[in-house]
Amino acid sequence: MAQHVVPPKIYFAVFTALIVLTATTTAISFLDLGPWNTVVALGIAFVKATLVALFFMHVKYSPPLTRIVVAGGLFWLAILLALTLSDFLTRGWVPILR
Amino acid sequence: MEQQRDASSLGMWVFLVTEILFFGGLFLAYTVYRSEYARAFAEASRHLDITLGTFNTAVLIVSSLTMALAVFSAATGRRRALLVFLIATMVLGGVFLGVKAVEYGHKFHDHLVPGPHFRFPGPYARQAEIFYSLYFAMTGLHAAHMIIGIGILTVLVLQARKGRYGPAYYTPVEVSGLYWHFVDIVWIFLFPLLYLIGRHIH
Repeated sequence: MAQHVVPPKIYFAVFTALIVLTATTTAISFLDLGPWNTVVALGIAFVKATLVALFFMHVKYSPPLTRIVVAGGLFWLAILLALTLSDFLTRGWVPILR
Repeated sequence: MEQQRDASSLGMWVFLVTEILFFGGLFLAYTVYRSEYARAFAEASRHLDITLGTFNTAVLIVSSLTMALAVFSAATGRRRALLVFLIATMVLGGVFLGVKAVEYGHKFHDHLVPGPHFRFPGPYARQAEIFYSLYFAMTGLHAAHMIIGIGILTVLVLQARKGRYGPAYYTPVEVSGLYWHFVDIVWIFLFPLLYLIGRHIH
């Protein structure tokens, strides 16, 4: 939070991790891992986004109310994705509905 | 004062939550169409330039670092460093948009822009057109956010030059930083989804 000044050392460590992860995800995209390509790429993106939110955006140092709002936003996003995809991704499962 | 600062950050986060859902709709549309037209989306995505994409991802990460260092400089009263980091962030944002413009130029040249001149070899032309519609909608909306971010940074630079920000008051720098990092996070997801994950689906 504002009164908690994050030392640059932490910023540089997070920055290094983000660059390494970017190089990793691009390198891995050249390997054929089948469906795991998507899983690994999104997993790395998720780790990178979490690092940015926790440290660059100070969520780690924020009061509980801010953290609840962040978690709430992600929860609504999860509802948006999960409910819609529970329709679209399962349409082939019951042949009669096609 | 502390409560005021917390309230400002909270307010920005509430706005960013609406932004998460705004972009979330596009990510959802992308996921639905990709699950339906996996092969076409993979073929279409191979026409994107992975080198430029990776370069731009790195540029945005560096700009997030300079933005974070700008917030640190403001909070610790380093006024010169604050100006340098704010301007560096703006320049890096400009580099990102410049590379994006070059990429858009390639797409126009290769007839990959949806519309009457869209051309795509093979049987998946119409479905590839959907991929490129989503590509331009998502990266275009992201670029619009970058342009707004650079506008915000311009105001910050002008105010910082007048010495408006210091350890006692730097809320605008902190809150603009949240926005800038959020736009970076959007790209962190756009990059693998558009550029990377279709490379081995045939």
